Amino acid sequence: MIWRLFVVVAIVSFALVFASLAIGYTEQQSLRPLAESYVRLVPHALGAPNVITGILLNYRGFDTLGEVAVLFMVAASVGLVLGAGRSPRGVSTEDRSDEPRPSSEIVRSGTEILVPLVSIFAAYIIMNGHLSAGGGFQGGAVIASSVLLMLLAYPQYQPNLEFLSITESAAGVLFVLAGIAGLVLAGGFLDNRILPLGQFGAFFSAGAIPLLSVLLGIKVGCELSVILEKFRP
Amino acid sequence: MISSIVLITGLLLILIGLWGLLTHRNILRIIIGFSLMGTGTHIVTVAIGYVRNGTAPIIDRALDLSEATARAVDPIASALVVTAIVIGMAVTAVMLAFAIRLYDSKKTLSIDAFTESKW
Repeated sequence: MIWRLFVVVAIVSFALVFASLAIGYTEQQSLRPLAESYVRLVPHALGAPNVITGILLNYRGFDTLGEVAVLFMVAASVGLVLGAGRSPRGVSTEDRSDEPRPSSEIVRSGTEILVPLVSIFAAYIIMNGHLSAGGGFQGGAVIASSVLLMLLAYPQYQPNLEFLSITESAAGVLFVLAGIAGLVLAGGFLDNRILPLGQFGAFFSAGAIPLLSVLLGIKVGCELSVILEKFRP
Repeated sequence: MISSIVLITGLLLILIGLWGLLTHRNILRIIIGFSLMGTGTHIVTVAIGYVRNGTAPIIDRALDLSEATARAVDPIASALVVTAIVIGMAVTAVMLAFAIRLYDSKKTLSIDAFTESKW
């Protein structure tokens, strides 16, 4: 009972704080100076039409690197928590028949059609990250969703974990090397001007941003696929 | 106007998540409460970054380079939320992994069964 009272008091006090926030909120009429300089600088200095990708992969590229490191740590810790000492796979299925039931014709045909399409869509999202909405993280998540589809449709499907971890490490090393190349050849760590900026809005433009997008997409896709695989019963 | 609606939705989601976190005893529901709180925070951040009559900060046919600073919304809030979504997903994955291990050890997901570290 006292717990209930405490919960109600906590919720109501949070609601009061939020209500004062919502009442005092007024829409911005124009950009703040920092945001305005980003909107001005990214198309001019970096040659990327998508301002957000420019911020993520250049001005805050170090952040993105740390974030990828967090994802890597999560993949490792999920493997650690779910790996050793867990009841071996398939023990809980002894009451059913020995062989897991294969998925139905509809699910299998749908997977065969959808997985290539989803992969192409992921490549499209990654490669257009500097031109329109998209980028490495989003595309990587789409890649992982196709792996999830495979895991759901084929319970016996075993992604090649060795291949995934080697690809992921290689992408990570290349990402850091591209950053160091920026330190040597251009203005600073992860500077995209190590490659020619090209024509504004063209497919191959904005210097190293498409390259960094691809590396990021591969890395995120591999990491999320490894995490998904670890969660399998 | 539109951003006020989005802001209030986000704040309500945070409250719903907090309520779920405090009242439910099932670990999976607590994790869902956490995720709701995180999603609400993302929505609030995006709403704060909105500029009146603004559009996405992507230079294309709809947004000319010369008028970009006058019509684009705050790109920093969006960039922060992209980061926050990925980290939120990572935190959820770790929480779910621990939930699986807790279920393995006690064969229940109720937090009432886990009293060892309770003070």
